[in-house]
Amino acid sequence: MQLTVWTYEGPPHVGAMRIATAMTDVHYVLHAPQGDTYADLLFTMIERRGERPPVTYTTFQARDLGGDTADLFQRAAHDAYERFKPAAMLVGASCTGELIQDDPAGLARALGLPIPVIPLELPSYQRKENWGAAETFYRLVRGLAGPHMPAPGTARPARKPGEPARCNILGPTALGFRHRDDVRAVTDLLSRLGVVVNVTAPWQASAADIARLGDADFNVVLYPEIAGQAAQWLKRAFGQPTVATVPIGVGATRDFVTEVARLAGVDPAPVLADAASRLPWYSRSVDSTYLTGKRVFVFGDATHAIAAARIASEELGFKVVGLGTYSHEQARDVREAAARLGLEALITDDYLEVEAACAELQPELVLGTQMERHIAKRLGIPCAVISAPVHVQDFPARYSPQMGFEGANVIFDSWVHPLMMGLEEHLLGMFRDDFEFNDGAGSSHLGHGTKHAAGRPAPVTDAVERAPVVAAMEAPVLVAERPIVLSWAPDAELELKKIPFFVRGKARRNTEKFAGERGISPITVETLYDAKAHFGR
Amino acid sequence: MNAPLLATPVPASGCDAPPILRERGQREVFCGLTGIMWLHRKIQDAFFLIVGSRTCAHLMQSAAGVMIFAEPRFATAIIEEKDLAGLADANAELDAVVERLLARRPEIRMLFLVGSCPSEVIKLDLSRAALRLGQRFAPQVRVLNYSGSGIETTFTQGEDACLTALVPILPEEPAGAQASLLVVGVLADAVEDQFRRLFAAMGITRLAFLPARRAGEMPAVGANTRYLLVQPFLGETARALENRGATRLPAPFPLGAEGTTAWLRAAADAFGVADSVFEAAIAAPRERASKALQHSRRALRGRRIFFFPDSQLEIPIARFLSRELEMELVEVGTPYLHKEHLAADLALLPAGVQLSEGQDVDRQLDRCLAAAPDITVCGLGLANPLEARGLTTKWAIELVFTPIQGFEQAGDLAELFARPLNRRAALEV
Ligand code: SF4
Repeated sequence: MQLTVWTYEGPPHVGAMRIATAMTDVHYVLHAPQGDTYADLLFTMIERRGERPPVTYTTFQARDLGGDTADLFQRAAHDAYERFKPAAMLVGASCTGELIQDDPAGLARALGLPIPVIPLELPSYQRKENWGAAETFYRLVRGLAGPHMPAPGTARPARKPGEPARCNILGPTALGFRHRDDVRAVTDLLSRLGVVVNVTAPWQASAADIARLGDADFNVVLYPEIAGQAAQWLKRAFGQPTVATVPIGVGATRDFVTEVARLAGVDPAPVLADAASRLPWYSRSVDSTYLTGKRVFVFGDATHAIAAARIASEELGFKVVGLGTYSHEQARDVREAAARLGLEALITDDYLEVEAACAELQPELVLGTQMERHIAKRLGIPCAVISAPVHVQDFPARYSPQMGFEGANVIFDSWVHPLMMGLEEHLLGMFRDDFEFNDGAGSSHLGHGTKHAAGRPAPVTDAVERAPVVAAMEAPVLVAERPIVLSWAPDAELELKKIPFFVRGKARRNTEKFAGERGISPITVETLYDAKAHFGR
Repeated sequence: MNAPLLATPVPASGCDAPPILRERGQREVFCGLTGIMWLHRKIQDAFFLIVGSRTCAHLMQSAAGVMIFAEPRFATAIIEEKDLAGLADANAELDAVVERLLARRPEIRMLFLVGSCPSEVIKLDLSRAALRLGQRFAPQVRVLNYSGSGIETTFTQGEDACLTALVPILPEEPAGAQASLLVVGVLADAVEDQFRRLFAAMGITRLAFLPARRAGEMPAVGANTRYLLVQPFLGETARALENRGATRLPAPFPLGAEGTTAWLRAAADAFGVADSVFEAAIAAPRERASKALQHSRRALRGRRIFFFPDSQLEIPIARFLSRELEMELVEVGTPYLHKEHLAADLALLPAGVQLSEGQDVDRQLDRCLAAAPDITVCGLGLANPLEARGLTTKWAIELVFTPIQGFEQAGDLAELFARPLNRRAALEV
């Protein structure tokens, strides 16, 4: 049993729902109790869909157990077919359905529906949402494109001269983090390269579209955790190569363009030459100097975490101090990326562990999921969201991709905005006792400044001041092993308060480490500055 | 099982009772786990540990809508493959989880082990676990259990199950004790305080609320306890209280000026409060409530409303909307209809109103779209899809998360229905 407060991923059948809901004519019949219908609101509320997900739940009850649940499943599947007339049907069970072992596959087959019925076996007690999405997509692709597979050993027919290359875009789902906009950004990029998109799937694809995936020359996999498995099968079945680079960030987008151009036999130079992203210049402009060496903590799904780490270190000049993922399936890739940065990856789906790591590292910026946004808020650290699990805010009204050159622009803005601007940061360091311009005031451009009314007596009270750091250090829920809390002389405590809040936690930690190692207690002003000199900041 | 899917209206017992459409198809309602959402805030030193699956954990975080900033006083012990395969003794695993949890949260005084569908289906005996852990952590922590599973409970029934679990541990009122009043059901703290003042003004001072805000302050119960329900979904709690000798004061539920007056009067009558005292106590707030309703009545009068089943509050709310705001009831759906507890409210519904119990969501959607009501009360999974079809909706869950009982909240309750209509009228995009 795993003690869980918040979870990064839902159960695997929610992954299956994300596939079915992305598509236009597939229906999912799920053997599940009534409470499981909550999953509908993920789509209708978080993603603001105007349609219900195409899912029928059997909603069996305790009194149905012990006999008639199988019959209930068959009726639900039959009625769903009659009512929705889907082109294909997925059938399966949620965690409770799995336990009652009714065999949805066999029951559905016995109905003899005149459409392809694809059974899903999603082990709820081992696997999670992304795995469920990947498995479902793979089963669908195999089930619907499989019949069009050429005989083994048949070579792919060569493209006629002058005919543009065709590719599939694989992976975007319902409830995906910016999938809607990434599809547009990547389609754009491909069209500028002269590549025709054969099918995008599962996003807005029909069952018939899936059946003709084999017509493309190659596959572009936007989200390996969802489409990686299907792409591998397509490679085996149809000889389609896979573009594995995920175009998040300027460097990765350039690599992507080069890779696609090679497969399509076109010249990438014009697209690469077109300076479509402002990120490189914005990052070089002098106002960005203050970004140098900012300590960032990165956590998310594997694809976004790896991409974020690369952007942070190569394109914004940050220092990545922590990198991790909740995607156990892709742990290897994240470990490799972390090793390249001289780090050990944090692979966990325990939110409390991530919180402890974050509190321990005291980064200046957190790039994470909505969970890390909460952690960061509690620790008083700025944060930008880079990955699912999603929140209603992750479906912005405006076009806001993560991929391609425009995606890099979006990323520059959304990561840099939460930070204090350069000169502002300096002034805050110099005049911290200004009663209107202090830690609590926040940065001017974020509009938090009005939170504390002018005229508040300065200096602010200790309790309020130290809240974030104290919380980080003392709340029992945050840190499994509590750092040793050394005693501070009152004047040193006051001096510590003069350090801007966004580096104060680090200063406190370094000083205590310094003092602890040398057996110094209490910590004095001298110790504080000795430690500062020692750690060289 | 095997009840016909075709729903047929069957007359409810009693000659003037409205006909009830009973349906058994897909239900689109949360399970009882969701009650933890408000219960964990109400009992401030209690913790709710769901013994369930990742689905249960995901439900809890999704139903919250936004993640709660403060550390919640609930969590899920997620059952894993090895627990099912018998490789790990599920009970030993559970004990370890509880130990870890209580070490982290030393301020916890009451722990609820909450059963789920998976724990029920694998027959994990949480009452024995509660007994075992209760002995182990006594006297620091009291350990209780109940089921919030979706195979046994619907949404608000989780609160019923939780309160039912509390009843056996309530202290015993001495046999000769004076009559006392027990108000049963979770209320917002502010509403509780308002009622406390009103009862005090009537001279009813032997008064307590279930649940109390702290585990150590749970009220006593005995043969001289008279209790008032604040919610229509507390059938099992009521039964357990009766077993302890308490007597229910039948009343409509305290929604709206009329409902609140009648609810308070039930207590006043039982405690022999003089009419003049009663009138003096409630005159001012009742007047405020009537005034507060006038504003929304303009938006709501004559409007047609359709209720999908959700919280079991549908019938008293429909009664309030039809009588105090002059709305027209198209269909009033409820997951479960407790005829006895709702008798007073049912009697106040307009003749011939269409009630429905249970659900077949697709059929009900057909009826709703055909009826084209002015406003539809439904769950979060249906609201946007109905809005996209041009209907105006009100999320049912907000009725559970908002203080709506009592005089001072009557205006707010009406406003919850008026706002979507006003909003629709205001928008020109
Ligand atoms: S319906 Fe059952 S399995 Fe689903 S969330 Fe509720 S208790 Fe858990």
